[in-house]
Amino acid sequence: MRVQRWTRTSKLFTAGTLVAALVLAGVPLVFESDVVQKLTTLLILVLLAVMWNALAGYGGLLSVGQQAFIGIGAYGTVFFAAQGVSPYVAMLLATLLAGAISVPISLFALRLRAAQFAIGMWVIAEVISILVRLDQNLGAGTGISLNQLNQYEPNFRQAYTFWLALAFTVIFLAALFFLLRSPLGASLQAIRDDEDAARSLGVRVAARKRLLFVLAGFGCGAAGVLVVANTLFIEPSSVFSVQWSAYMIFMVLVGGLGTFEGPILGAILLFAIQTTFTQGGPWYLVGLGATAALFALALPRGLWGTVEERLGLRLLPVGYRVVEARRDETAA
Amino acid sequence: MTVTNAVLQGVFLGAFYAVLACGLSIMFGVMRIINLAHGDVAVLGAYIVYVIVERTGVPAFVAFAVALPVMVLLGYVLQLTVLERSLKSGILTPLLATFGLSIVIQNLLQLVFSPDVRSLGGSAGSVTTASWQVTSGLSVSALGLLVLVVAVLLFAALQLFLSKTRAGWIMRATAEDADAAELAGIDSRSVYARATAIAVGIAALGGLFLGIRSVFDPVSGPTQLIFAFETVVIGGMGSLWGTLLGGIALGVAQTVGAQIHPQFAVMAGHLLFLAVLIVRFGGGRLVLRTA
Amino acid sequence: MTLLQVEALDCRYGLLQAVRGVSFDIAQGETLALIGANGAGKTTLLRAIAGAHRPATGRVWFAGADITHVPAHRRVELGIALVSEGRRLFPSLTVEENLRVASARRRGRWNVDTVLDVFPLLKPRRHMPAATLSGGEQQAVAIGRALMSNPRLLLLDEVSLGLAPVVVDAVYRSLGDVIGEGATVLLVEQDLTRALQVAGRVVCMLEGRVVLQGEAASLDRDRVVSAYFGLRRPA
Repeated sequence: MRVQRWTRTSKLFTAGTLVAALVLAGVPLVFESDVVQKLTTLLILVLLAVMWNALAGYGGLLSVGQQAFIGIGAYGTVFFAAQGVSPYVAMLLATLLAGAISVPISLFALRLRAAQFAIGMWVIAEVISILVRLDQNLGAGTGISLNQLNQYEPNFRQAYTFWLALAFTVIFLAALFFLLRSPLGASLQAIRDDEDAARSLGVRVAARKRLLFVLAGFGCGAAGVLVVANTLFIEPSSVFSVQWSAYMIFMVLVGGLGTFEGPILGAILLFAIQTTFTQGGPWYLVGLGATAALFALALPRGLWGTVEERLGLRLLPVGYRVVEARRDETAA
Repeated sequence: MTVTNAVLQGVFLGAFYAVLACGLSIMFGVMRIINLAHGDVAVLGAYIVYVIVERTGVPAFVAFAVALPVMVLLGYVLQLTVLERSLKSGILTPLLATFGLSIVIQNLLQLVFSPDVRSLGGSAGSVTTASWQVTSGLSVSALGLLVLVVAVLLFAALQLFLSKTRAGWIMRATAEDADAAELAGIDSRSVYARATAIAVGIAALGGLFLGIRSVFDPVSGPTQLIFAFETVVIGGMGSLWGTLLGGIALGVAQTVGAQIHPQFAVMAGHLLFLAVLIVRFGGGRLVLRTA
Repeated sequence: MTLLQVEALDCRYGLLQAVRGVSFDIAQGETLALIGANGAGKTTLLRAIAGAHRPATGRVWFAGADITHVPAHRRVELGIALVSEGRRLFPSLTVEENLRVASARRRGRWNVDTVLDVFPLLKPRRHMPAATLSGGEQQAVAIGRALMSNPRLLLLDEVSLGLAPVVVDAVYRSLGDVIGEGATVLLVEQDLTRALQVAGRVVCMLEGRVVLQGEAASLDRDRVVSAYFGLRRPA
C-alpha cells in the first residue's frame, strides 16, 4: 500500500486548469466588451463561492455576513480613488483593507458558536452598512460611482478589470490549493471531522480558523473591488445586501460543500441560471432558495461531492489517496 | 422628547420585539434550532391577516383569530417536512435549510402580493392611534400598552404551561434530553412539532403587531429576524423571561439611540447586541495569542 | 413463555461494531444478568432492545411480535422500560414531574404513590428538582420512572455505578420487591457477586459477542471470570 498525491487524472486536470487560465487571459482580446463584463461577473461568483466554501466547507464556519467584506472592498476602492490614488492601485489597497479589517473582527467573531457566528457576522455587515450610509463623502444611501475609471477607454477598462478578476481568482484559488496541500490542510480536515479530537492532538484550531477567516476576508474584499470595477456604480443596499450570502450558500451547497472543485461548479451553475432567467424575477429566486434547502437536507455533499464520492474522482490533488500495492511491489 | 419618554416608548417597542422573538426562543430552547425563516414566517402571518381583512372587511384582531389556526397548522407541516430532517444532520443543516426557506417565502410573497408596502393599522380600530398624555413629557399609546399587556400575559401563560402542565413537563424533558425522553415513552417528534406549531403561531401574533404598529412588505422578514435574534441573545439564549427582558433592553437601546441621532436607533441595538456577545462569549480577553 | 428474543443482533457506531451476532432469549418472570467488561457491548445491546439504537442486522422479538423497527417510545407502550446507565433524569424537573412524564398508557400497580412507597427515601424530595438529589436518590427516581410505565420487561443498566455499597444494597432491596412480584428483568451489572446473587441466568459478553451463558447457580465462578476477561481464548 502506498500513499499517493497525484494521479494521472489529477495531473492532467491541473495542467488543463493552468492552460485554461492562460486561454481565459485572451478573452478580452477576442470578445465584445459586454461578454467580457459577463465573464467578469462569472469570475466574481467563482471567487465568492470558493471563499465561502473555505469558511464553511473547510472551516465549519457558516457566515451570513461576508457581504461586509464585499462592501468594504467596493467602498474602499471608491474611498482610495477619491484620495487621488490611481484606480487600480486603489483596488489593491481596498482588498488589503478588507483583509486587514477581518483580523480584529476574527478575534471576537470566531469565539461564537454556529448560530451566533452566522447572524453575528450579518449584524456586523449591517453595522458597517449603516456607517457607510451615514457618510456623505461615500454617497450616503443613494450610492456612488467610481468616476476615476472613466479616464480609461471602456474596452480597455473592461479588459483591465477582467484581467484583475482573473488574477484575483487564480491567486486565491492557488492560495487555498497550497493551503490545503500543506500540513495545515490536513489539520483542517481533522478539525472538520472531529474538532475536539484534533485539539487534543495539539492542532491549534483557533489559529487555523482565523487563517481561513482572514483569507475569506481578503477574497470577499477582492470580489467587492471587482463588483465596483465591473459595474461602476454601487449603493449600500445592494453591495451590503444579504443576497450575496444567499448566492454564496446556493453555489456552495449545490456545487459541493467541502470539495475544492464543487464551488466552481456551483458558480458556473448560478451564472448559467442568472443569464438564462434574467426576466425571472422572484420565481427564479424561489427556485434558488428551494434548491439550496433541498440540497442541505437531501444532498449535503452537493453535486460534485456526490460525484466525487461515487466515482472516487479527484480532479485537483488536494488530498491523499491510499493505493493498494500491486503484486510486483510487495516483497516476496 | 425626554429621556424618560424615550425609555417608556422603548419598553413598548421592546414588548413587541419580545413577542416577535418568543417563537424563535421556543424553537431554540426545545430543539436547539435557530429558524432563519422566523422573520418571514411572522410576515407571512401578517399577510394572511391582511388577506382576510381585505376579503371580508372584519377588523384585524378578528381576522387574526382565523389566521392563527392556519399558521399553527403550517408550523406542524414545517416541522414534519423540513425541520425534522434537518435535526438529524449536522449543526449547519438547520441554518442552511431555513435560510433557503426564508428566500422561498420572501419571493413567493413577492409573487403573490407584489413588492408594495402594506399595513394593518387601518383595520385595527382606534387602538392604532389612541393615546393618553400622562404628563407633559410622557405619552402612553393604546397600542403600546396593548402589546405590553399581551406580551406579559403570553410569557406568563408559557411559564404556566411549562411548569404546571404535564404537556409542558414533557416539552422540557424532551428539550433537556430527547433520548431519555424517548426511552420514557415520549414521542419526541410530536413534541417538536408542537413546539414549532406554538412558535409559528406566536410569530404570527408578532406579524399582526408588526402590521398594526408599522408597515410590512415581502422582504421585511430578515429585519424582523435580526431584531428577534438580538432579543434572544441579549436576554440569554434558552431563557423564557430573558427573552422578554432582552426585548425591552433592545427596544430601549433603540429609542434612546434615536434621541442621539435619528439614524442611530437600529445601530444602537446592533451595538448592544455585539457588546453582549463580546462580554458573554469573548470573555473580554481580546488579547492577541501567538499562534 | 419466551418474553424477549434477540436474534443475531449486530449493532454499530459508524465503523465500530459494538454488538456482533448476539442471540439469546428471556422467559417471562426470569431475571437475566448481562455481565462483561467495559466496552463489551452491554449498554448498546440494552439500548437496541429498548429501541434507542437501530441494529445493523438481526431482529428483536417481544411477546411473539417483531419489534425491530418499532421506535423507542412505542416500545415503552408495549411494555419495555429501560433504566439508562448514568440515570439520565431530567434535571430541572422535580421528582414527581420526572415520574409523571413517563408514559402512563399501560395500566398496572405502579403510579406515583406506589413508586414512592417502594422508595420511601424519595418522599421528602417529591417536589425538589432532580438535579439536587444524591446519586442514590437519582437512581431510585430513574427506576421509579421506568416502573411508571408498568413494564413487562424491565431493563437495568448498571444501577450500582457510582453509588456507595450501602446505597446499592438499598436499591437492590427495593428491586427485590419488584422482582419478587414476577417482573421480567434484564440487568447489566459490573459487580459479579451481586449479579450472580440476583439473577437466575447469566449471559457474559466480550467484545460484542456472547461468550458464556448459563444458570447462575450452576456456573463456576472461575469459569465466569475467565469468560469475562477473555482468558484462555483460542489464539
